[in-house]
Amino acid sequence: MGNTLTIPDSPSPLLHLNRVKTYFYTVEGTAKAVDDVSFSLNKGETIGLVGESGCGKSVTALSIMRLVKDPPGKIVSGAILFNGTDLLQISSGRMKSIRGKRIAMIFQEPMTSLNPVYTVGDQISEMFVTHENLGKKESWERAVGMIEKVQIPAPEKRAREYPHQLSGGMRQRAMIAMALACKPEILIADEPTTALDVTVQAQIIELMLQLREEFGTAIILISHDLGIIAETVERIVVMYAGKVVEEGPTLSVFDAPKHPYTKGLFKSRPKIGERSEYGRRRLLEIQGAVPNLFQLPGGCPFHPRCVAAVEICRGSAPELISTHDNQKVRCHLANP
Amino acid sequence: MKDEKEKSLLKQPLVEVQDLKVHFPIRKGILSRSGGMVFAVDGVSFTLNEGETLGIVGESGCGKTTTALAVLDLIRPTAGKVFFEESDMARMSPSELRKLRREMQLIFQDPYSSLNPTMTLNQILNEPMRIHRVYPRNERAGRIAYLLEKVGLTPEQGRRFPHELSGGQRQRVGIARALALNPKLIIGDEPVSALDVSIQAQIINLLIELQQEFRLSYLIISHDLTVVEYICDRIAVMYLGRMVEMAPYGDLYRDPKHPYSEALISAIPVADPRLKRKTPMLRGDVPSPIRPPAGCHFHPRCPKRISGCDVHSPQLKDIGGGHWVACHLV
Repeated sequence: MGNTLTIPDSPSPLLHLNRVKTYFYTVEGTAKAVDDVSFSLNKGETIGLVGESGCGKSVTALSIMRLVKDPPGKIVSGAILFNGTDLLQISSGRMKSIRGKRIAMIFQEPMTSLNPVYTVGDQISEMFVTHENLGKKESWERAVGMIEKVQIPAPEKRAREYPHQLSGGMRQRAMIAMALACKPEILIADEPTTALDVTVQAQIIELMLQLREEFGTAIILISHDLGIIAETVERIVVMYAGKVVEEGPTLSVFDAPKHPYTKGLFKSRPKIGERSEYGRRRLLEIQGAVPNLFQLPGGCPFHPRCVAAVEICRGSAPELISTHDNQKVRCHLANP
Repeated sequence: MKDEKEKSLLKQPLVEVQDLKVHFPIRKGILSRSGGMVFAVDGVSFTLNEGETLGIVGESGCGKTTTALAVLDLIRPTAGKVFFEESDMARMSPSELRKLRREMQLIFQDPYSSLNPTMTLNQILNEPMRIHRVYPRNERAGRIAYLLEKVGLTPEQGRRFPHELSGGQRQRVGIARALALNPKLIIGDEPVSALDVSIQAQIINLLIELQQEFRLSYLIISHDLTVVEYICDRIAVMYLGRMVEMAPYGDLYRDPKHPYSEALISAIPVADPRLKRKTPMLRGDVPSPIRPPAGCHFHPRCPKRISGCDVHSPQLKDIGGGHWVACHLV
């Protein structure tokens, strides 16, 4: 399941981010939340955007959807090519016809992204009314069908209920129903299970994987949970301080992480069963704290926390280089 | 392995909880008519030994936090008893309880909302000593500097305010504050859940070092089963107000006996892409503790239920090796 290797950057990816920069202009200064980010997503592929708070993974997603709040945010430069069309160049009207229909997004907290004063069925029907010009009755029927598809019991009854009447897991299912209503080509899922209990999380991930098979949707999964990433995605993009620091097929990145940050991230989590087998080993710490975007260190932004840092790391920022084994890494010390 | 054996030989109970029940009435309308009860904790018993770490895990609404608050006497139990060093907390006078509070301290999930934003770190760490009138006034500054260093901060940082610190540093302050009165027991309610992965390791390592140095007992409340396995000696699994299983950490993960523990453990995503994803064992959400199902609370979701599970509540049984299970099938 999931981990078949696809060749990244095939000739015409479904989505290609080219040197995207999204900055926030505030009284405290300019925060370069997304700073020169490039990656692509192929048709039907699932990739994972990994990183800690403030690394820019959510702002990257919002940039793709063109939902960055302006002001204070602004997509400063770069291109986001969707089937060859630059989403940053088209009119907001045209973007509206893509957003939700061809590129859909689900969020961490389903309660705040559902409208509390409309029934769940109404909100899903609206997708069909808006994007497919269907009549009210047909839209409603299709909405109930979607609710059934996301395995909510008693779909007819649930469609007539309001978001607060549903449990957290069911609300996230309703969000998925809405997102997939128009069979989008891309689904962006921003920490879709972080607010859920672990047994509910397992069900939601399972549902997303089933629907991926059925609809052939490409998925960008944003998560800080390396377990979920390992279980679901084919390729990983690791972000740190607004930049992509490593990218590669899931297996390769887990087997041989190349960036010191990725290495540290993998080793800082305990592994179940290891303690019973070998006794408790001290966890590897990444020193210091996640940097403040307003006061980024010069050179490589990771250098103050990096165990391998040398002189050049303090002086100049490394470029993202491709390695011989199909990975990409942004580190002065990495071998091509 | 050896130190664990020694530990078990020196077992000295610090906290003993017997058949603890905490029920909250639901009030409806202006006349406060009772609209039923929330059975937050419904008959929980356990012992925490000196120097030991006990973890309580479970999903939202299982009663793990309420159990911890009852141990701290921050919530009065509806029924049942809590003993601290063999004295019944319900029979203590207010002044005895006040003294006892020095011995038990709490670390919160969100280090930001649990630190007073208008106080410097020095003031925050001075508060517990001032309130409990311990350590002479002229020694307190020295003790604050010592505490800051113990948690990996510098005495110079004592003049800072919480907003000037990172999340991990704030959690260090929360830990220093918990240590200020030299307690025997520290209760951590999701102590690392709000932190970034790279910071979690720092705090987990710190908690383990401090435990060894000060011979602390920990009660760790968490939904993160991976972290709990690493920190805790024994782990209790709760479901809808009841304890369904309690076992040494290794046994619980290797050989969970209760179907709920089994489902919970199999649902943990494993950071190894070579392992095949497991099909979820449970369907549906955790039911509400307002009207918990009859019999075994878990029976409506249990893949292994038999007739009778919906009528009789299973008792927690000792199956040997410190492993306790509440299931009719065991």
